Amino acid sequence: MEALLTAAFLTALLAGAVAAGVPLLLAGLGEQMSEKAGVLNIGIEGMMLMGAYLGFLVAFESGNVALGFVAGMAGGMAVALFMAILCVGLGLNQIVIGIGLTLGVEGLTALLHHFQFSTTYPRLAAAWRLPVPGLVELPVIGPALFDRHPLVYLAFLLVPLLAWLYRRTALGLTLRAAGEKPAALDVAGIDVQTVRFLAVLFTGAMAGLGGAFMANVAAGIFIPFMTGGAGFIGIVLAMLARGRPAWVLIGAVIFGGALSLTTALQVAGLNVPTDLIQMLPFAAVMAVLVLYGRKARLPAALGLPYVRGAR
Amino acid sequence: MPVRSAPATAPVVELLGVTKRFPGVLAVDRVDLALLPGEVHALLGENGAGKSTLVAMLSGLVEPDAGTVRVEGRERRIGSPRAALQQGISTVFQHVMLVPTLTVLENLVLGMSWWRRPDRAELERRLAAIRSEFGITLDLDQPTGELSLGEQQQIEIVRALLRQSRVLILDEATSMLTPSGADELGALMRRLVKSGLAVVFITHKLDEACRFGDRITVLRLGRKVGELAPEGLAAMDQAAAVDEVVGLMFGDRSIAEARPTRLRKAEGAPILTVRGLTVTGATRLARVDDVSFDLRPGEILGIAGIDGNGQKQLAEALAGQRTVATGSITLDGRDITRDSVAERRRLGLRYLTDDRIGEGAVGGFPVATNTVLKEIGAPPFWSGGIERPGRIASHARELIDRYDVRTPDETTPIGRLSGGNIQKVLLARELSGEARVVVFNKPTYGLDVQNIMASRNRIAAIADASLAVLLISTDLEELLDVADRIAVMAAGRLTGIVANDEGARARIGALMIGRAA
Repeated sequence: MEALLTAAFLTALLAGAVAAGVPLLLAGLGEQMSEKAGVLNIGIEGMMLMGAYLGFLVAFESGNVALGFVAGMAGGMAVALFMAILCVGLGLNQIVIGIGLTLGVEGLTALLHHFQFSTTYPRLAAAWRLPVPGLVELPVIGPALFDRHPLVYLAFLLVPLLAWLYRRTALGLTLRAAGEKPAALDVAGIDVQTVRFLAVLFTGAMAGLGGAFMANVAAGIFIPFMTGGAGFIGIVLAMLARGRPAWVLIGAVIFGGALSLTTALQVAGLNVPTDLIQMLPFAAVMAVLVLYGRKARLPAALGLPYVRGAR
Repeated sequence: MPVRSAPATAPVVELLGVTKRFPGVLAVDRVDLALLPGEVHALLGENGAGKSTLVAMLSGLVEPDAGTVRVEGRERRIGSPRAALQQGISTVFQHVMLVPTLTVLENLVLGMSWWRRPDRAELERRLAAIRSEFGITLDLDQPTGELSLGEQQQIEIVRALLRQSRVLILDEATSMLTPSGADELGALMRRLVKSGLAVVFITHKLDEACRFGDRITVLRLGRKVGELAPEGLAAMDQAAAVDEVVGLMFGDRSIAEARPTRLRKAEGAPILTVRGLTVTGATRLARVDDVSFDLRPGEILGIAGIDGNGQKQLAEALAGQRTVATGSITLDGRDITRDSVAERRRLGLRYLTDDRIGEGAVGGFPVATNTVLKEIGAPPFWSGGIERPGRIASHARELIDRYDVRTPDETTPIGRLSGGNIQKVLLARELSGEARVVVFNKPTYGLDVQNIMASRNRIAAIADASLAVLLISTDLEELLDVADRIAVMAAGRLTGIVANDEGARARIGALMIGRAA
């Protein structure tokens, strides 16, 4: 049991929580933007996976991880474009289209992976790190939080940035109105479809970036289905966060911690069946849903396509 | 001193021969309309006369199929709400177009360029100017959803003023206001047109059109059937103007004689007794607080009051849809306070909801199914759990016949019928079997004049057939027309019950504003 309380273990646990939590954070922040604007973006799992695949492919072929992130964002946005055209432009059912897109991308990336990498399973070199001078010297949290890939810092910076955007800017106001009462926004002279379209594309970019982070930084490899429900956890985070980016961050840390704990406990050689340990993140999802799910306050027009003039 | 005639002003916005067709309906048929600055232009017509479609055209929600729109003499397209706003046309819609979760300030700045930050100081300066000119004050930090509908309407008017509109359209703006609120709006409209605005005031209420309008355009079945210019209106007194407009709206048919005649008076012992009924609600107003009354067979007891003062909660508590905190409800000597909805229905207590489509019917189901919706599984329409479509259909056909429901047939989804016809189906359903007490909540809300009259006659006939009727309505005229006694409800309490005789109107008015009769 002492093994669990050493600095090395705690550092590994926290580092793992960050690695697992960053994609969840990006997905949750992205989903939150769509939901604010009134689109339930179920296709986010597919957007993440496409981001992971394209991000890895480009990073591997070009040898440039940064370029891989750009490609990951583009991949996520490409899937989001379908979602936006079908669900916002044509007003089709968001749940059906979202599930369809996720399943489609799962099949497509698995197929492409089979042809390209299934015999070689290539890996990327260990990701670049950017230690923050000074802070990195701190015990335990220094190496876990301040010796990371720049994208980690960027993801954390997005939290206050988005919070400011939602609360203080006209753009945030526009997004909230699109999700609460789109007709009111429309007669105020702003095109609801455009707002929702852009919000979905932003979700795609964030999800793609999160996926690319999983493949290029956290794992260094692309494996079919590697997102493993991270997008769906992102949806849960966005719904529980009641519109606050800070709560997405807290949720991402809890779920990331649970995911990390599964690895850490296994490494620590605790005498507990691995199946039980691997259950942890999902038990955490359920526990959080039971405790806080009832308090989730969702935008009034979430999931409803907007048609001008319809009552 | 010779009166100098005002310079001939040119219309700000002009509609020329506009036409709009929706599937199966010609909503607007070659209508001309000129909106002049400094004038309140009343658009008057029944439901389905084409008022809403004209509003939608002016505000950019729909585009006309034919005809032209001119703004300051130039032909323009108004293809979106944004385009309408850019032409200086602002609309206050019948259903409030504000985001309830945003603050007043946020709603005011909604729609401005997204890259700009709301400038509060600048806004407050302009609001102060509006306050001194028009007398509207707003609390910027209130959540909009907590304000009354009248206050929300003021926010929308202020928003239009902030945008420096040239035309302000008020769509059925008085439908959610108290009588004194409507008068205030009338005064506000005067100040607005004085500042040079063109105001379009849409209403289906005759007296309001005559009181507030400088110019009255009457619409009927999508056509413009007449226009009373300010010169003509000024020469007439109010009664003459009303007569003139009634002639335009209904041909020679006058609605003045349409008051239903009651044949019988209430008789016998009370059938429904309510004592100290209390229902806790979410808000200060939406609750029932210590309500007591008796209702006798053959009697219509009206409940007057401003909407949202616990009327719906009272109706639902009586019907069994809402839990009673304290107090008792007795139906024919039997305590039914804790009985279920189905049990109360079986005992003859029937409830006609004001939410016809949301709660009263399943819009996608055929008319026939809706007629038996409250008896699912019960004989004779079900036998051993198996539906008997033939029985249901013949029952439905009989009701359609008896209540004069205008529907293609009994298999038509009820949601496709008009409000008046849905109301007839629901009434037919509630009255079938052994009905003894009928609770109506706003039975004529949203119906057109003809259906309102038919409904009132039917309610009178129900009482004449020795049923007891509780009639909840926000339309005082309706209660004065048919009720025997009228109670006033405010903030969940009955503030008084008066007999409906000479002088009832004044006593109810006193009760409504909180004075004893």
